[in-house]
Amino acid sequence: MCFNRFRAIALATATGTLATFSTETNAVEIEYWQYFFDARVTAMEQLIEKFETANPGITVRMTHFPYADYRTKVAAAIPSGEGPDVVQLFYGWLNDYKAASLIQPLPSSEFPSDSIDAAFFPMVSAMREGDSYWALPTAVRSLALFYNTRLFKDAGIEGPPETLDELVEIGRKLTKRDGAGNIIQAGLTLGMTAQDHHWFREGLVRQFGGEPYLDDYRTVNYNSEAGLKAMEFYLGLGAEDGIGAFGFMDEPQAAFKAGRAGMHIDGSFRIGSLNKTRGLKWGVTELPATADGIRSNYSSYWVNAITSKADGEKYDAAVRFMQYITSDEAMQIWLDVVGELPAKPSVGLTEANANDQIFGPFIRGLEYANTTKFVNESAQRQIMIDLVERVNLQGVSIKDALAEAAAAEQKLLDEYHTSKN
Amino acid sequence: MYKRLSIRQKQITWAWAFLAIPVIFYVVIRFYPTGNAMLISFQEWNLLGDRAWIGLANYAKLWNDPVFWQVFRNTFVYLLLGTPISLVLSFFVAYHLDKIRFMHGFIRMLYFLPFMTSAVAMAWVWRWLYQPVPIGLFNNTLAEFGIPQIDFLRSTTNALPAILAPAVWAGLGFQIIIFMAGLRAIPQSYYEAAHIDGVSKWTVLFEITIPLLRPTVVFLTVFSSIGFLRIFDQVYNMTTNDPGGPLNSTKPMVLMIYQSAFTDFEMGYAAAQTVVLFVILLLVSLLQLYLLRDR
Repeated sequence: MCFNRFRAIALATATGTLATFSTETNAVEIEYWQYFFDARVTAMEQLIEKFETANPGITVRMTHFPYADYRTKVAAAIPSGEGPDVVQLFYGWLNDYKAASLIQPLPSSEFPSDSIDAAFFPMVSAMREGDSYWALPTAVRSLALFYNTRLFKDAGIEGPPETLDELVEIGRKLTKRDGAGNIIQAGLTLGMTAQDHHWFREGLVRQFGGEPYLDDYRTVNYNSEAGLKAMEFYLGLGAEDGIGAFGFMDEPQAAFKAGRAGMHIDGSFRIGSLNKTRGLKWGVTELPATADGIRSNYSSYWVNAITSKADGEKYDAAVRFMQYITSDEAMQIWLDVVGELPAKPSVGLTEANANDQIFGPFIRGLEYANTTKFVNESAQRQIMIDLVERVNLQGVSIKDALAEAAAAEQKLLDEYHTSKN
Repeated sequence: MYKRLSIRQKQITWAWAFLAIPVIFYVVIRFYPTGNAMLISFQEWNLLGDRAWIGLANYAKLWNDPVFWQVFRNTFVYLLLGTPISLVLSFFVAYHLDKIRFMHGFIRMLYFLPFMTSAVAMAWVWRWLYQPVPIGLFNNTLAEFGIPQIDFLRSTTNALPAILAPAVWAGLGFQIIIFMAGLRAIPQSYYEAAHIDGVSKWTVLFEITIPLLRPTVVFLTVFSSIGFLRIFDQVYNMTTNDPGGPLNSTKPMVLMIYQSAFTDFEMGYAAAQTVVLFVILLLVSLLQLYLLRDR
C-alpha cells in the first residue's frame, strides 16, 4: 500500500508539473476500495491513471485489503465517515450492504436503468431494484470446460466434447486405473468443493429440463424429476465405472494442473494460474450441451457501488468514476489485464473477443448464463458437498440425499428472507 | 501531596504506576473483548448493520442445532483421545530418553522439532501424505503391497483420528521436555535407597517416579487439554475444501465459531458459541485441578 501511495504521489507530481496549478488546488480526492488480487490491483491502477488524465480535477486513491478482512473493514469504516466513496463488493452481498445503508443507488440521470438493461448482459439485472440500479460490474465470470491437449493427443482424441454424451465417451478414453481399480488418471475432475455445484445448479438441472429455483431464488426447486436426473448423471460420473473420482488428487484444479485429469470445469478466473503452470498444455471449450443442443451456464461477478459516505463534490466525482469503470474502454482493459470477461455484449461480443481461443468460450457462455441469487454462497455450497458425501460415504440414496439437501437449503433461504422482512 | 506520603505508601504508588501498564493492556486487549463477546452473544449482528437485542435466542438456536451437538462430541473426542495418548507417549519417550547418554541432545532435538514447525505447514504435508493414489505416500505404499486403499480424510470415521495424529505428534516434543525436567527434579537419593533395598524396576516406577511427577502431570494435563479443546489449525488446514468435513465429522468448536462468524457473518451466534466454549474450558480445567490436587 505504501508503494502505491508512493506511486500516486510520484504520478501526482509528474502530472502536476505538466498541468496548470489551478487544477491542483480544486482537486477532489475520492477513495476506492477493493480486495487484494494482484491483477485486479494492476488493472485498477491503469484505469485510475486514464481516468485522472481525462478528469484533471479528480484524483482517486485506491486502498486494498486481504479478502479475509474486507467485509469487516468496510463495515467499520463507512458508518464512521471514513473509507471508500466507491467500493467493490460481491454481487451476493448487495442485499446486506443495502440493508445496512452502506451504499446508495446510482443516479438514474447518469445510469438510466432501461439503457443499462439494454447495454449489459442480462444477469446484471440482479442489481436493479425498481427504477434504479444499485451497483454495476466492470467484469463478469462464467464457466467453461478446460481440457488437457497433451492427454487428448496421447489418447488419439480429435477434439473436446460438444455434448454431455461425448463428455462421458471421451472421459472414458482418458481414464486410467491401476491393477486394483484405483483411478490414476481421471477423465473429468469431480468435486462440489470447486465449481461443480454451480454446474449442477445452473447448468445440469436446466439442461435436464428443470428450473433450480423459483420465485426469484426464494424457493428451491431442484428436488424434481429433472433435478434427480441431473444429480444421477453427475454422481454417475464418479461411480465405479465412471470417468473420475471424488477427492482424486485432493482437489479438482490440482489434478488438472498436475496433468492427471483430462478435463476440468472451472471459471474464467482460473486462466491466469493455468497459464503459469509449467508444462501444462491446455485448451478450453464451452460447457457441453445436451443431445438437443441445450446449453446453460453460471455467471457471477463483483460490482462497484457508490457508498453512502460520498456526498457533494465527492459524490459527483464518484459518479464520474463509476461511469468510467463501467465504460467499454475499462472493460477491455480489465479483460486484457485480469482476464475477466466484459459485462457488456458491445465489448464481449466483438469479433476479436468472442472468437478468442481462450476467452471466447467463456464469453459465448454468458449469453445463456444464469446468476444464482445466493443468500450465503458458502453455506449453500456446503449443502451440495454434504449431498455428495451422504451418497458416497454413507450410502444414502440419491433421491433421499437430494430431498434432504433441498430441505436444508430452503430452510436457509427462509431464515434469510424472514429476517430481512 | 506526594511528599506527605510515607515510604510504604510511596512504594505502593510506584508499584501501581508500573503495574498500570500491564493492567491497562489486559483490560483493553483481554477483558474488554471478552465482555463484549458476552454482550454480543445476546444480540443479532451481521457485522454490517446495527446490533439488535434478541435475548437468549442464540443460545436456544445452539441448543437445537444438531451440528452443534456433533461438534460438541467431536471436541470431546479430540480431548479424550488426544490428552491421554499424548501424555502416555511423551512420558514413555521421556522416561527412556532420560536413561540414554548417546546422542541424547540430538534425539531430544528431533522430538522437539515438530513443536517448532508451523502447524499450517505441517497440516498440509500430512494432508498430502493421507491422499489416495496416485499421490498419497501412505496409500501408495499400501498399493505397492497390494493392500486395499484406506480413506484417511474422506471418511466419516477415519478422518478425526487421522487429523488428531499429527496434532499429538506435534505437541509431543514440548511434553517430553517438561517430563524430562520433572524426572531430573526427583532427588537421586530416593533411587539409591530403592536400589539398596533391592526393589524391582516397576516398583520404582510406580512408587517413586510417577507419584513424584504429579505436579508435572497436572500441568501437562491441563495444558494439553486446553490445547485439544481449542484445536483448529490442523483441522482447518487438512480439510480446507470442506472445513470440518466430511459431514462435520472432524469439526471442532473453534472451527464452528470461525465459520459462524466469518463465513455466515452471524456474530451473535458465534459469540454464544465462544461463551459456551469458555465455560467448558473453565469447567474442564477446574475439574482436572480438583481431581489431581495434592491430598
